Order: sequence, then structure tokens, then C-alpha cells
Amino acid sequence: MADNSTSTLDAAEGLDVASKRPVVLALGRYWRNRGAAIATVLFLLVLLAVIVPSLTARYGVDEQVIDISEGANQFLPPSKVAWMGTDDIGRDIYSRLIYGTRSSLFIGAMAGILSVVLGVAIGVFSALRGGRFDDFIMRATDIFIAFPFLVAAILFRQFLGEVGWITSIIGDRSSFRFMIFLITIFGWMTVARLVRSQVLALKEREFVEAARAVGASNLRISVTHLIPNSIGPILVSFTIAVVGGLVIESTLAFFGLGPQPGAGNTSLGKLIELSQEGARQGRWWLVAYPCGMLVLLAVCINFIGDGLRDAFDPKLDKGKG
Amino acid sequence: MLRFIVRRLLWMVPTIIFITFTVYVMVRIGWNPVESYKRNNTRVTEEKIQQYKEANFLYDGFGGYIRSYFKWLHSFIQGPDEWQRTIKGRADVWTELRYSIFNTLRLAGTASVLGITIGISIGTLAARKPGGIADTIVNFFAYFIGAIPPFVSGVVLQLIFAIELGWLPDGRVYPPGNQGFDLWLMIKHMILPVTVVAIQTISAYARFMRASLLDVRSMDYVRTARAKGLGEWTILRRHGVRNAMIPMATVIALDLGQLIGGLIITERIFNYPGVGAYYIKHVFNGDLPALMPFLVLLIISVLVFNLLADLSYAKLDPRIKLG
Repeated sequence: MADNSTSTLDAAEGLDVASKRPVVLALGRYWRNRGAAIATVLFLLVLLAVIVPSLTARYGVDEQVIDISEGANQFLPPSKVAWMGTDDIGRDIYSRLIYGTRSSLFIGAMAGILSVVLGVAIGVFSALRGGRFDDFIMRATDIFIAFPFLVAAILFRQFLGEVGWITSIIGDRSSFRFMIFLITIFGWMTVARLVRSQVLALKEREFVEAARAVGASNLRISVTHLIPNSIGPILVSFTIAVVGGLVIESTLAFFGLGPQPGAGNTSLGKLIELSQEGARQGRWWLVAYPCGMLVLLAVCINFIGDGLRDAFDPKLDKGKG
Repeated sequence: MLRFIVRRLLWMVPTIIFITFTVYVMVRIGWNPVESYKRNNTRVTEEKIQQYKEANFLYDGFGGYIRSYFKWLHSFIQGPDEWQRTIKGRADVWTELRYSIFNTLRLAGTASVLGITIGISIGTLAARKPGGIADTIVNFFAYFIGAIPPFVSGVVLQLIFAIELGWLPDGRVYPPGNQGFDLWLMIKHMILPVTVVAIQTISAYARFMRASLLDVRSMDYVRTARAKGLGEWTILRRHGVRNAMIPMATVIALDLGQLIGGLIITERIFNYPGVGAYYIKHVFNGDLPALMPFLVLLIISVLVFNLLADLSYAKLDPRIKLG
């Protein structure tokens, strides 16, 4: 609306200014950021490779590269038969990495979405409401963020897994759903704090006051003004939450506390769990590929997040676009 | 200031009681101590179980949890001699916990001191000329290394330096069978774990210090100092770094609590007998009497560091008034 009216105005004044929507401008800024562009391409490549594993994987998740009767298939170093070597029962690491990355990205993305939804709701509510509720949320997240997350994660995992009505909703400890829920418990806090500080700054602005003056409700103001204007920080916190999800899943799996997808599936954490033994036995391929994949994903998503933050910050736009 | 401290300290008591009660209930439900007892003492009679529940105040139901908690708290406050023994092995909790705490403090202390000093120096170096060569290199490495989770760097370093090259031991404090104290052996065993923890600290602090210094650089007092004709180095040392350290102090105080989390992973990889290994071991045993003292001490230290973070802010920046 606003864009149309300005362009008609410009046209009336005889100015030929093609006005662009802010999102288009942001996208332009994003693609000019070299780091972010490379990271996006790399990330999309990984995503493309894992999205239909039956096309890219050479073997099934649980398939052995060669039958044990035809020769030893355990711990084969990388070769033509298995590009990234084999694990303790002769399965192809490359294929498992594709299946595992797929599951882990799914866990990370779902946990990221849930964290953002919950965090935005709580952050906006807390900032608008203020007072005791706000104080309590800030104090609680303060303590929670300062608390060693791994200690808390193990405690929550054990506790939630024992409570019958919770496990009937989110599945037992070994399921993906449980892991997503567990990550969300820790993920919403950073989102809520980021969104809260953004809303605190926004809610004193004129357009919010104007909306309030015409009688818009808090909910309407949040949905039409506050959240769209905080989209930059929200997207950045989404990328942080996704990386957090990937790392939490792998960390817990490292202790044998991650999801146990069972036959027919695996996760990045499950593969990294193996790398611990692999390192002690000097089998580098068990360490290099799964860990490399995790670091690649983490770096790419971080770069994408930074790129988004810069892209949505118009102050950084030096008259271009 | 004093009123603020006293008020915060007084608030801490109900906070600690509330949090520890929640944690107590979570541990009770998560790792049912009666089940752990049965698991560790097979063929135990029903009568014995009842006796055990009575002796360790394991009452059932929500009211029972409250009663159990306060009985437990009572025995906890009376000191380590009164603490319950572990379920597995009936061992003294404090002896093992104290040993782990010392080990962890040694590791965390060395790594923090190294990490903070190196990180801050590198950050300062990078901020001297934003966009310069040093800045680009530091930024790049801090970014990549900061994205590597400690279990990845730990496993990779172990694989390279301990297994493939064989320069350093792959874990523990001493080689198996070693008797007595040997400083050189101890240092050799600590190099890899300290590196893993320090890498994280260095990259985090370098980035933070750089950002903090860049904020300070555009301040009026820096311009004044330059107008007085002070050299760049003096400006940096007297006006830049000192003011940039204000937010750093808060971050450091908050991070010390979080450090334990990273240590758990490092200790696990290198078989290092610190609190992380202690926690994981008793998590797998489901040992409530051993877990609770650790968690309570951790909660208290997190709250204390939180308070210190707030105080450091007020202490270092006279413009901030606490009320």
C-alpha cells in the first residue's frame, strides 16, 4: 500500500523512481554479502544432497558395503567401495552421513521453528505486558542461560522421560519428537530475549502509538506492526536456534543420550558418537566426515544468520539498492 | 551499593530453595532412587527397601516430596559428614566430589586464565585497525573456531596429537599405575584438555573484546585523548582497553558458570576425573545422594557469579546506580 501511494506520488511529480519493497532491498543486500552468498549455496547443496537420500546415497542406511562372507567389511578406510570408509559393522559412512544429516537437519529445523514461535510469543507478550511477568521471565532466563546447559539438558531429559503424560505426547527419550521438544525448552529463551529487546524499542515508536490511537488491540499491533518490524532479529534467532539444535542433538548423542532412531534411520549425533571410539583407535574417517559435516553446517548457518542480520539492518545500507 | 548486595543476597535464599526443590523433585522422578537401590542390591527384601526409604527420607506423593526435600536439606546443611552415602558402593560422597572439584578447578582455572588473556590480547590487536590484515585474520579464525563444538575439537586433537603423532597422552591425569605427585606428567596430561577449553574461550573473548573496543573507539574521551596528543598506544592502553573491559567483566563472570558445561564434554573425551565425569558417572548410576550435592553447589555458584556480574558492572562503571 505504502509503496503504491509513494510511486503514484512520484509519478505525479514526474519523478521516475522505481520504488522497491523493503524485502527486495534486503534480499539484494543479502546477495551482495559474499560470505552469506557462499554459505547459502553450500547449504543448499547439502540440503539438495540429503533431501532425497535414495538418489544420492550409494547404500541403504543399514546395508553393508560388501557381504561379510566375501571378506572383511568392518572399518574399511575410504576406498572405491566406500567413499568415506565403513563403520564397525561394515556400513558405508557416506550413505549414513546423508541419512543422518537429513534427520539432524529435520530435528534442528523443527526445534528452530518451535523455539521461534514460542520465543516470539513470550518475548512480545513480556515486552508489552511489562511488570512482574516481564521481571520474572527475564530473571528466570538469566539464571537458565548462565546454568551449564548440558547439566540441565541431561536432567530435563531424564525427568521428562519418566513423566507418563508427557511421554505420551512427545514420545519416549529415544524418539526424534522428544529431542525436538527438549531442544525447544532451551531454544526459546534466546529468541524471547532478542524479540523482547526489539519490541521494547519499537513499542514507543510513532506508528505503534498511531495504531493504538485508532484502537488496535495488543494482538493486532503485535501481528501487524511489532512482529513484521522485528523480522530481522527473528530470522537471526531462528538460525541460532537451528545451529543450537544441531549441536545439542550431537552433544547428547556423544554421551549416548541422543535419539536412537533404530533400524532404518540414523542421525548426525549417532555418527559422531562413533567418532569417540574411532579417535582412540586412530580411525580418522570415523571422525573427519561426521564432525566435518557438523562444522560445515554450523558455519554455513551462522554465516546465513549474520548475512540476514546485516541485510535487514537498513542502517548498513550505504545508499545502494 | 551495600543495600543492593544485602537485598540480592537475601533474595538468593528463597531462590536457592525454590530451584533446589524443583531440581530435587526432578532428580527424584528422573532417577528413582528406590529403583537404583533395587538395581544395585538384587535379591533385596521388601523390608530392607522400606528401611532404606525411611533412612533416606524417600517419602512418596507430592507432600512426601516436600517432606523429603526438607529432611534432605537439613542433612545437607549439617555438612559432608551427615550427607547420605552413594547408592552404588555405599561410598562417601564428599571425598569423591572434592577430588573432582579440585581437578576441574585446575583445568578450568588454567584454561580460563590462558583463554581470557590470549583472547583479550588478540581482540585488542584486531581492533587496533578495523579491516586491517590482523583484523581479518582474527575475525576469520575466531568465527570458524567458535563454530566448532568442543567435542569435535577434542576428538580431532586427540586423534592427531595423542594417537597419530603420539606426542601427548590421550587422557587422564596420570598414566595408569602412577603413584604420587609428578608435576611434569600432570602438565603433559593437561595440555590437550586445556587447549580444547581454551580454544573456545579465546575465540569468544577475541570477538567480544574486538566489538567492545570498537564501541569505545568512537567515544568522545578517546577523541579528547587524541586531541591532547597522546600516542595511539597510550590511548589504547589507558582509555580504550580499560573502558572496553567493563562489559567484558560481566561476560567473564557469567561465562564461568557456563564453563562447566563445556568441561563435561572435554573431561569425557580425555577421561579426566573432574566434576563433569562425576556428574555423568552418577547420572548413569542414577545416584540421587551423589547428584544432589553437585547440583546444589552448581546452582549456588551460578547464582553467585550472576550477582558478581551485576556488581562488576556497577563497580567498574560509576554511572550505573544500583538501587
